[in-house]
Amino acid sequence: MNIGVLAVQGAFIEHENMLRSLGAECRELRCREDIDHLDGIVLPGGESTVQARLLTELSMMTPLKKLIESGVPVLATCAGLILLAEHIDGGEAPHIATLPVTVRRNAYGRQSASFCCRASFGTMADVPMMFIRAPFIESVGDGVEIMAHDSSDAQNITAVKYKNQLAMAFHPELTNDTRIHEYFLKLVARRRG
Amino acid sequence: MKENDTKTQYELNKGLAQMLKGGVIMDVTTPEQAKIAESAGACAVMALERIPADIRAAGGVARMSDPAMIKRIQAAVTIPVMAKCRIGHFAEAQVLEAIDIDYIDESEVLSPADDTYHIKKSDFHVPFVCGARDIGEALRRIDEGAAMIRTKGEPGTGDVIQAVRHMRAVMSGIAKITAMNEREMLAAAAEMRVPYELVKNVHDLKRLPVVNFAAGGIATPADASLMMQLGADGVFVGSGIFKSENPAKRADAIVKAVTNYKDASLIAKVSENLGGAMVGINADEIKTIMEERGK
Repeated sequence: MNIGVLAVQGAFIEHENMLRSLGAECRELRCREDIDHLDGIVLPGGESTVQARLLTELSMMTPLKKLIESGVPVLATCAGLILLAEHIDGGEAPHIATLPVTVRRNAYGRQSASFCCRASFGTMADVPMMFIRAPFIESVGDGVEIMAHDSSDAQNITAVKYKNQLAMAFHPELTNDTRIHEYFLKLVARRRG
Repeated sequence: MKENDTKTQYELNKGLAQMLKGGVIMDVTTPEQAKIAESAGACAVMALERIPADIRAAGGVARMSDPAMIKRIQAAVTIPVMAKCRIGHFAEAQVLEAIDIDYIDESEVLSPADDTYHIKKSDFHVPFVCGARDIGEALRRIDEGAAMIRTKGEPGTGDVIQAVRHMRAVMSGIAKITAMNEREMLAAAAEMRVPYELVKNVHDLKRLPVVNFAAGGIATPADASLMMQLGADGVFVGSGIFKSENPAKRADAIVKAVTNYKDASLIAKVSENLGGAMVGINADEIKTIMEERGK
Protein backbone atom coordinates (compact mmCIF):
# COMPACT_ATOMS: atom_id res chain seq x y z
CA MET A 1 0.00 0.00 0.00
CA ASN A 2 1.11 3.48 -0.87
CA ILE A 3 0.92 6.11 1.87
CA GLY A 4 1.40 9.77 0.99
CA VAL A 5 3.10 11.71 3.77
CA LEU A 6 2.69 15.47 3.57
CA ALA A 7 6.29 16.76 3.48
CA VAL A 8 6.03 20.53 3.07
CA GLN A 9 7.31 21.16 6.62
CA GLY A 10 7.56 19.36 9.96
CA ALA A 11 8.21 15.89 11.36
CA PHE A 12 7.31 13.77 8.33
CA ILE A 13 10.35 11.46 8.29
CA GLU A 14 9.37 10.11 11.72
CA HIS A 15 6.02 8.95 10.28
CA GLU A 16 7.71 7.47 7.21
CA ASN A 17 10.18 5.51 9.36
CA MET A 18 7.39 4.10 11.51
CA LEU A 19 5.16 3.20 8.53
CA ARG A 20 8.06 1.59 6.65
CA SER A 21 8.92 -0.49 9.73
CA LEU A 22 5.35 -1.79 9.48
CA GLY A 23 5.78 -2.72 5.82
CA ALA A 24 4.02 0.23 4.14
CA GLU A 25 5.44 2.18 1.22
CA CYS A 26 5.63 5.95 1.64
CA ARG A 27 5.77 8.84 -0.75
CA GLU A 28 6.60 12.41 0.27
CA LEU A 29 4.00 14.93 -0.85
CA ARG A 30 5.79 18.19 -1.72
CA CYS A 31 3.83 19.40 -4.74
CA ARG A 32 0.47 18.87 -6.42
CA GLU A 33 1.78 16.19 -8.81
CA ASP A 34 2.71 13.97 -5.85
CA ILE A 35 -0.95 13.68 -4.81
CA ASP A 36 -1.97 10.76 -7.01
CA HIS A 37 -2.88 7.08 -6.51
CA LEU A 38 -2.63 7.12 -2.73
CA ASP A 39 -4.14 4.50 -0.41
CA GLY A 40 -3.65 6.64 2.69
CA ILE A 41 -2.53 10.10 3.76
CA VAL A 42 -0.49 11.29 6.74
CA LEU A 43 -0.61 14.90 7.90
CA PRO A 44 2.36 15.24 10.27
CA GLY A 45 3.23 17.62 13.08
CA GLY A 46 4.98 20.89 12.41
CA GLU A 47 3.78 24.47 12.30
CA SER A 48 0.21 24.53 10.99
CA THR A 49 0.52 28.16 9.81
CA VAL A 50 3.49 27.22 7.62
CA GLN A 51 1.96 24.00 6.33
CA ALA A 52 -1.39 25.63 5.51
CA ARG A 53 0.29 28.47 3.68
CA LEU A 54 2.43 26.11 1.61
CA LEU A 55 -0.57 23.87 0.82
CA THR A 56 -2.34 26.89 -0.65
CA GLU A 57 0.66 28.37 -2.47
CA LEU A 58 1.65 25.00 -3.94
CA SER A 59 -1.98 24.29 -5.01
CA MET A 60 -2.17 21.16 -2.84
CA MET A 61 -5.10 22.09 -0.57
CA THR A 62 -7.95 21.27 -2.98
CA PRO A 63 -6.61 17.92 -4.28
CA LEU A 64 -5.91 16.79 -0.70
CA LYS A 65 -9.39 17.82 0.42
CA LYS A 66 -10.98 15.96 -2.50
CA LEU A 67 -9.00 12.83 -1.72
CA ILE A 68 -10.03 12.91 1.93
CA GLU A 69 -13.68 13.50 0.99
CA SER A 70 -13.49 10.54 -1.38
CA GLY A 71 -12.80 8.31 1.64
CA VAL A 72 -9.02 7.79 1.58
CA PRO A 73 -7.94 7.16 5.20
CA VAL A 74 -5.96 9.99 6.80
CA LEU A 75 -3.81 10.00 9.94
CA ALA A 76 -3.28 13.51 11.31
CA THR A 77 -1.07 14.47 14.25
CA CYS A 78 -0.87 17.85 16.02
CA ALA A 79 -0.57 20.42 13.18
CA GLY A 80 -2.35 17.87 10.97
CA LEU A 81 -5.35 17.93 13.32
CA ILE A 82 -5.47 21.73 12.96
CA LEU A 83 -5.37 21.42 9.16
CA LEU A 84 -8.34 19.00 9.21
CA ALA A 85 -10.53 20.86 11.71
CA GLU A 86 -13.65 22.62 10.43
CA HIS A 87 -13.36 25.24 13.18
CA ILE A 88 -10.32 26.83 14.80
CA ASP A 89 -10.83 28.69 18.05
CA GLY A 90 -9.80 32.34 17.86
CA GLY A 91 -11.25 33.08 14.45
CA GLU A 92 -8.47 31.67 12.27
CA ALA A 93 -9.91 30.54 8.93
CA PRO A 94 -10.05 26.73 8.61
CA HIS A 95 -7.78 24.93 6.14
CA ILE A 96 -8.71 21.49 4.73
CA ALA A 97 -11.83 21.60 6.92
CA THR A 98 -13.12 18.04 6.58
CA LEU A 99 -13.28 17.12 10.29
CA PRO A 100 -16.30 18.45 12.24
CA VAL A 101 -14.47 19.53 15.40
CA THR A 102 -13.36 22.79 16.99
CA VAL A 103 -9.66 22.87 17.92
CA ARG A 104 -7.71 25.32 20.01
CA ARG A 105 -4.13 25.94 18.87
CA ASN A 106 -1.32 25.99 21.47
CA ALA A 107 -4.09 25.05 23.89
CA TYR A 108 -1.76 24.11 26.76
CA GLY A 109 0.59 27.10 26.31
CA ARG A 110 4.21 27.51 25.28
CA GLN A 111 6.97 24.90 25.24
CA SER A 112 7.24 25.06 29.06
CA ALA A 113 3.78 23.44 29.19
CA SER A 114 4.61 20.56 26.82
CA PHE A 115 4.18 17.17 28.50
CA CYS A 116 3.97 13.39 28.18
CA CYS A 117 1.29 11.11 29.53
CA ARG A 118 -0.05 7.58 29.05
CA ALA A 119 -3.73 7.16 28.30
CA SER A 120 -6.21 4.96 26.47
CA PHE A 121 -6.77 5.36 22.76
CA GLY A 122 -10.04 3.71 21.79
CA THR A 123 -9.63 0.11 22.94
CA MET A 124 -5.84 0.40 23.28
CA ALA A 125 -4.65 0.87 26.85
CA ASP A 126 -1.61 2.73 28.12
CA VAL A 127 -0.58 4.50 24.91
CA PRO A 128 2.36 6.93 25.39
CA MET A 129 1.43 10.42 24.22
CA MET A 130 3.78 13.38 23.67
CA PHE A 131 2.15 16.80 23.59
CA ILE A 132 4.39 19.52 22.14
CA ARG A 133 2.88 23.02 22.07
CA ALA A 134 -0.17 20.94 21.34
CA PRO A 135 -3.74 21.82 20.44
CA PHE A 136 -6.75 20.07 21.94
CA ILE A 137 -10.29 19.53 20.71
CA GLU A 138 -12.87 21.79 22.36
CA SER A 139 -15.99 20.24 20.88
CA VAL A 140 -17.02 17.64 18.32
CA GLY A 141 -19.83 17.49 15.77
CA ASP A 142 -22.30 14.68 15.03
CA GLY A 143 -20.82 11.30 14.28
CA VAL A 144 -17.36 12.07 15.66
CA GLU A 145 -16.02 9.29 17.85
CA ILE A 146 -13.82 10.39 20.76
CA MET A 147 -10.71 8.20 20.95
CA ALA A 148 -8.67 9.81 23.74
CA HIS A 149 -8.58 12.40 26.53
CA ASP A 150 -5.61 13.96 28.27
CA SER A 151 -4.78 13.12 31.89
CA SER A 152 -5.76 16.54 33.29
CA ASP A 153 -8.81 17.11 35.48
CA ALA A 154 -10.47 18.83 32.53
CA GLN A 155 -10.24 15.60 30.49
CA ASN A 156 -9.73 17.53 27.25
CA ILE A 157 -10.37 15.61 24.03
CA THR A 158 -7.06 14.74 22.36
CA ALA A 159 -7.99 12.26 19.63
CA VAL A 160 -11.01 11.57 17.42
CA LYS A 161 -12.13 9.37 14.57
CA TYR A 162 -14.66 10.50 11.97
CA LYS A 163 -15.32 8.20 9.02
CA ASN A 164 -11.92 7.86 7.29
CA GLN A 165 -10.21 10.53 9.41
CA LEU A 166 -8.09 9.72 12.47
CA ALA A 167 -6.76 12.86 14.16
CA MET A 168 -4.88 13.51 17.38
CA ALA A 169 -3.21 16.35 19.26
CA PHE A 170 -0.15 14.29 20.25
CA HIS A 171 2.74 12.56 18.48
CA PRO A 172 2.67 8.75 18.27
CA GLU A 173 5.46 9.01 15.66
CA LEU A 174 7.90 10.25 18.32
CA THR A 175 7.46 7.18 20.54
CA ASN A 176 8.33 3.49 20.08
CA ASP A 177 4.69 2.44 20.27
CA THR A 178 3.45 1.57 16.77
CA ARG A 179 -0.13 0.62 17.65
CA ILE A 180 -1.79 3.79 16.31
CA HIS A 181 0.05 3.50 13.00
CA GLU A 182 -0.89 -0.19 12.81
CA TYR A 183 -4.52 0.76 13.41
CA PHE A 184 -4.30 3.36 10.62
CA LEU A 185 -2.81 0.80 8.21
CA LYS A 186 -5.70 -1.55 9.06
CA LEU A 187 -8.14 1.20 8.01
CA VAL A 188 -6.18 1.56 4.76
CA ALA A 189 -6.15 -2.21 4.15
CA ARG A 190 -9.88 -2.51 4.90
CA ARG A 191 -10.73 0.19 2.34
CA ARG A 192 -8.59 -1.44 -0.32
CA GLY A 193 -10.48 -4.69 0.42
CA MET B 1 0.81 17.19 34.71
CA LYS B 2 3.46 19.89 34.19
CA GLU B 3 6.28 18.29 36.16
CA ASN B 4 8.23 16.35 33.56
CA ASP B 5 11.30 14.38 34.65
CA THR B 6 14.60 15.38 33.04
CA LYS B 7 14.60 12.61 30.45
CA THR B 8 11.01 13.28 29.38
CA GLN B 9 11.69 17.02 29.18
CA TYR B 10 14.69 16.41 26.92
CA GLU B 11 12.59 14.21 24.63
CA LEU B 12 9.91 16.94 24.45
CA ASN B 13 12.60 19.55 23.71
CA LYS B 14 14.16 17.46 20.96
CA GLY B 15 10.62 16.85 19.70
CA LEU B 16 9.90 20.57 19.34
CA ALA B 17 13.00 20.90 17.13
CA GLN B 18 11.72 17.96 15.06
CA MET B 19 8.52 19.92 14.43
CA LEU B 20 10.58 22.84 13.07
CA LYS B 21 12.27 20.67 10.43
CA GLY B 22 11.91 21.63 6.81
CA GLY B 23 11.27 25.16 8.00
CA VAL B 24 12.90 28.57 8.20
CA ILE B 25 13.63 30.36 11.47
CA MET B 26 13.92 34.11 10.97
CA ASP B 27 15.64 36.84 13.02
CA VAL B 28 13.25 39.66 13.91
CA THR B 29 13.73 42.82 15.94
CA THR B 30 10.15 44.14 16.21
CA PRO B 31 6.60 42.73 16.51
CA GLU B 32 5.92 44.07 12.99
CA GLN B 33 8.84 42.10 11.57
CA ALA B 34 7.69 39.04 13.53
CA LYS B 35 4.26 39.28 11.90
CA ILE B 36 5.81 39.66 8.44
CA ALA B 37 7.97 36.59 9.12
CA GLU B 38 5.02 34.54 10.38
CA SER B 39 2.78 35.41 7.44
CA ALA B 40 5.64 34.68 5.02
CA GLY B 41 5.85 31.15 6.46
CA ALA B 42 8.54 31.23 9.18
CA CYS B 43 8.26 28.15 11.43
CA ALA B 44 9.71 30.15 14.35
CA VAL B 45 11.25 33.56 14.98
CA MET B 46 14.40 34.59 16.81
CA ALA B 47 13.69 37.75 18.81
CA LEU B 48 16.69 40.03 19.18
CA GLU B 49 17.38 43.75 19.49
CA ARG B 50 19.84 43.90 16.64
CA ILE B 51 20.38 41.46 13.81
CA PRO B 52 23.92 40.07 13.47
CA ALA B 53 24.92 42.43 10.64
CA ASP B 54 24.12 45.41 12.90
CA ILE B 55 25.82 43.82 15.92
CA ARG B 56 28.89 43.45 13.73
CA ALA B 57 28.63 47.06 12.54
CA ALA B 58 28.05 48.48 16.03
CA GLY B 59 30.88 46.61 17.74
CA GLY B 60 31.08 46.62 21.56
CA VAL B 61 29.56 44.03 23.88
CA ALA B 62 26.41 42.34 22.56
CA ARG B 63 24.09 41.01 25.29
CA MET B 64 20.72 39.30 25.73
CA SER B 65 17.82 41.43 24.42
CA ASP B 66 15.42 43.45 26.61
CA PRO B 67 12.81 40.99 27.98
CA ALA B 68 10.04 43.55 27.29
CA MET B 69 10.95 43.56 23.62
CA ILE B 70 10.95 39.73 23.54
CA LYS B 71 7.54 39.65 25.26
CA ARG B 72 6.07 42.01 22.66
CA ILE B 73 7.20 39.62 19.95
CA GLN B 74 5.78 36.63 21.88
CA ALA B 75 2.44 38.45 21.99
CA ALA B 76 2.52 39.23 18.26
CA VAL B 77 2.81 35.68 16.84
CA THR B 78 1.57 32.13 17.47
CA ILE B 79 4.68 30.34 16.19
CA PRO B 80 7.54 29.47 18.60
CA VAL B 81 9.73 32.37 19.75
CA MET B 82 13.45 31.89 20.37
CA ALA B 83 15.95 34.29 21.93
CA LYS B 84 19.71 34.42 22.33
CA CYS B 85 21.86 34.42 25.44
CA ARG B 86 25.63 34.76 25.64
CA ILE B 87 27.79 31.64 25.65
CA GLY B 88 28.16 30.48 29.26
CA HIS B 89 25.80 33.13 30.64
CA PHE B 90 23.45 30.86 32.54
CA ALA B 91 21.81 33.80 34.34
CA GLU B 92 20.66 35.27 31.02
CA ALA B 93 19.31 31.81 30.19
CA GLN B 94 17.44 31.73 33.52
CA VAL B 95 15.86 35.09 32.65
CA LEU B 96 14.77 33.83 29.24
CA GLU B 97 13.35 30.69 30.82
CA ALA B 98 11.47 32.87 33.32
CA ILE B 99 9.70 34.75 30.52
CA ASP B 100 8.59 31.43 29.02
CA ILE B 101 10.70 31.50 25.86
CA ASP B 102 10.23 28.44 23.60
CA TYR B 103 13.92 27.95 22.70
CA ILE B 104 17.20 29.55 23.80
CA ASP B 105 20.08 30.02 21.36
CA GLU B 106 23.37 29.99 23.30
CA SER B 107 24.95 32.08 20.62
CA GLU B 108 28.37 33.16 19.45
CA VAL B 109 26.66 36.17 17.81
CA LEU B 110 26.59 37.77 21.27
CA SER B 111 29.79 38.45 23.21
CA PRO B 112 30.79 35.29 25.10
CA ALA B 113 30.44 35.51 28.90
CA ASP B 114 32.59 32.47 29.73
CA ASP B 115 35.60 31.27 27.74
CA THR B 116 35.82 27.93 29.57
CA TYR B 117 32.33 26.60 30.09
CA HIS B 118 29.16 26.58 28.07
CA ILE B 119 25.86 26.60 29.96
CA LYS B 120 24.98 23.24 31.55
CA LYS B 121 21.83 23.05 29.52
CA SER B 122 20.62 19.84 31.13
CA ASP B 123 19.88 21.92 34.27
CA PHE B 124 17.09 23.72 32.40
CA HIS B 125 13.58 22.77 31.32
CA VAL B 126 13.68 25.12 28.34
CA PRO B 127 15.32 23.72 25.18
CA PHE B 128 18.62 25.06 23.81
CA VAL B 129 20.07 25.28 20.31
CA CYS B 130 23.85 25.72 19.97
CA GLY B 131 26.22 26.40 17.10
CA ALA B 132 28.85 23.87 16.00
CA ARG B 133 31.63 23.90 13.42
CA ASP B 134 32.36 20.17 13.44
CA ILE B 135 31.17 16.90 14.92
CA GLY B 136 33.22 17.37 18.11
CA GLU B 137 31.65 20.72 18.93
CA ALA B 138 28.20 19.35 18.06
CA LEU B 139 28.59 16.36 20.38
CA ARG B 140 30.02 18.48 23.23
CA ARG B 141 26.99 20.77 23.03
CA ILE B 142 24.61 17.78 22.92
CA ASP B 143 26.41 16.28 25.91
CA GLU B 144 25.82 19.55 27.79
CA GLY B 145 22.11 19.21 26.98
CA ALA B 146 21.52 21.00 23.66
CA ALA B 147 18.31 19.67 22.05
CA MET B 148 19.13 21.13 18.63
CA ILE B 149 22.34 21.99 16.73
CA ARG B 150 23.00 24.53 14.00
CA THR B 151 26.10 25.41 12.03
CA LYS B 152 27.80 28.56 13.23
CA GLY B 153 28.53 29.95 9.80
CA GLU B 154 29.84 33.50 9.98
CA PRO B 155 26.84 35.51 11.18
CA GLY B 156 25.90 38.86 9.72
CA THR B 157 28.04 38.53 6.62
CA GLY B 158 25.68 37.20 3.98
CA ASP B 159 28.60 34.93 3.04
CA VAL B 160 27.57 31.27 3.13
CA ILE B 161 31.05 29.74 2.95
CA GLN B 162 31.45 29.06 6.68
CA ALA B 163 28.01 27.48 7.00
CA VAL B 164 28.93 25.18 4.11
CA ARG B 165 32.27 24.34 5.72
CA HIS B 166 30.62 23.56 9.07
CA MET B 167 27.80 21.48 7.59
CA ARG B 168 30.26 19.47 5.51
CA ALA B 169 32.49 18.97 8.56
CA VAL B 170 29.59 17.70 10.70
CA MET B 171 28.37 15.39 7.92
CA SER B 172 31.83 13.99 7.27
CA GLY B 173 32.28 13.48 11.02
CA ILE B 174 29.04 11.48 11.11
CA ALA B 175 30.18 9.38 8.13
CA LYS B 176 33.48 8.62 9.86
CA ILE B 177 31.80 7.61 13.11
CA THR B 178 29.33 5.43 11.20
CA ALA B 179 32.26 3.46 9.77
CA MET B 180 34.10 3.06 13.11
CA ASN B 181 34.47 -0.10 15.17
CA GLU B 182 34.14 -0.08 18.96
CA ARG B 183 37.82 0.66 19.72
CA GLU B 184 37.87 3.51 17.23
CA MET B 185 34.73 4.95 18.78
CA LEU B 186 36.31 4.80 22.24
CA ALA B 187 39.34 6.69 20.94
CA ALA B 188 37.16 9.23 19.09
CA ALA B 189 35.05 9.82 22.22
CA ALA B 190 38.19 10.52 24.25
CA GLU B 191 39.56 12.82 21.58
CA MET B 192 36.30 14.77 21.30
CA ARG B 193 35.84 14.80 25.12
CA VAL B 194 32.37 13.27 25.00
CA PRO B 195 30.88 10.04 26.44
CA TYR B 196 31.29 6.87 24.39
CA GLU B 197 27.49 6.31 24.46
CA LEU B 198 26.96 9.53 22.49
CA VAL B 199 29.42 8.46 19.79
CA LYS B 200 27.81 5.02 19.68
CA ASN B 201 24.41 6.69 19.30
CA VAL B 202 25.62 8.63 16.23
CA HIS B 203 27.13 5.41 14.87
CA ASP B 204 23.80 3.57 15.21
CA LEU B 205 21.58 6.41 13.97
CA LYS B 206 23.95 7.47 11.17
CA ARG B 207 23.06 11.06 12.08
CA LEU B 208 23.14 13.43 15.05
CA PRO B 209 20.67 12.40 17.75
CA VAL B 210 19.12 15.90 17.50
CA VAL B 211 17.93 18.12 14.67
CA ASN B 212 20.68 19.97 12.77
CA PHE B 213 19.93 23.32 11.09
CA ALA B 214 22.06 25.55 8.89
CA ALA B 215 22.81 29.10 10.03
CA GLY B 216 25.11 31.97 9.25
CA GLY B 217 25.33 33.87 5.96
CA ILE B 218 22.23 32.42 4.24
CA ALA B 219 20.78 35.22 2.06
CA THR B 220 19.07 33.69 -1.01
CA PRO B 221 16.67 30.83 -1.88
CA ALA B 222 19.61 29.08 -3.58
CA ASP B 223 21.70 29.42 -0.39
CA ALA B 224 18.88 27.70 1.51
CA SER B 225 18.63 24.94 -1.11
CA LEU B 226 22.40 24.45 -0.98
CA MET B 227 22.33 23.94 2.79
CA MET B 228 19.36 21.56 2.61
CA GLN B 229 21.08 19.50 -0.09
CA LEU B 230 24.16 19.31 2.12
CA GLY B 231 22.00 17.67 4.78
CA ALA B 232 20.54 20.47 6.91
CA ASP B 233 17.18 19.72 8.54
CA GLY B 234 16.12 23.38 8.14
CA VAL B 235 17.52 26.87 7.96
CA PHE B 236 18.04 29.94 10.15
CA VAL B 237 18.06 33.24 8.27
CA GLY B 238 19.43 36.08 10.34
CA SER B 239 20.33 39.31 8.63
CA GLY B 240 19.44 37.95 5.18
CA ILE B 241 15.76 38.85 5.26
CA PHE B 242 15.32 42.19 6.98
CA LYS B 243 18.56 43.57 5.50
CA SER B 244 17.22 42.93 1.99
CA GLU B 245 15.16 45.21 -0.23
CA ASN B 246 11.88 43.26 -0.03
CA PRO B 247 11.82 41.20 3.20
CA ALA B 248 8.33 39.66 2.81
CA LYS B 249 9.00 38.45 -0.71
CA ARG B 250 12.47 37.14 0.12
CA ALA B 251 11.19 35.38 3.24
CA ASP B 252 8.44 33.69 1.24
CA ALA B 253 10.92 32.62 -1.45
CA ILE B 254 13.34 31.12 1.07
CA VAL B 255 10.50 29.19 2.77
CA LYS B 256 9.47 27.67 -0.57
CA ALA B 257 13.09 26.90 -1.47
CA VAL B 258 13.52 24.94 1.78
CA THR B 259 10.37 22.86 1.20
CA ASN B 260 11.25 22.04 -2.40
CA TYR B 261 15.03 22.26 -2.12
CA LYS B 262 15.62 19.73 -4.90
CA ASP B 263 13.30 21.43 -7.36
CA ALA B 264 15.60 23.80 -9.27
CA SER B 265 12.89 25.12 -11.56
CA LEU B 266 10.75 26.11 -8.57
CA ILE B 267 13.77 27.78 -6.94
CA ALA B 268 14.46 29.62 -10.20
CA LYS B 269 10.88 30.86 -10.20
CA VAL B 270 10.89 32.09 -6.60
CA SER B 271 14.31 33.71 -7.11
CA GLU B 272 13.00 36.02 -9.84
CA ASN B 273 12.77 39.75 -9.11
CA LEU B 274 13.43 39.45 -5.39
CA GLY B 275 15.06 42.88 -5.24
CA GLY B 276 18.47 43.43 -3.72
CA ALA B 277 19.86 40.85 -1.29
CA MET B 278 21.72 42.05 1.78
CA VAL B 279 24.94 43.63 0.61
CA GLY B 280 27.12 41.31 2.63
CA ILE B 281 30.80 41.22 3.38
CA ASN B 282 33.20 38.44 2.48
CA ALA B 283 33.86 36.27 5.51
CA ASP B 284 37.64 36.61 5.05
CA GLU B 285 37.49 40.43 5.06
CA ILE B 286 36.09 40.83 8.56
CA LYS B 287 37.88 41.47 11.85
CA THR B 288 35.48 39.88 14.35
CA ILE B 289 35.37 36.12 13.79
CA MET B 290 32.26 35.00 15.65
CA GLU B 291 32.53 31.34 14.67
CA GLU B 292 35.66 30.96 16.82
CA ARG B 293 33.70 31.84 19.95
CA GLY B 294 32.97 28.81 22.17
CA LYS B 295 34.57 25.53 21.07
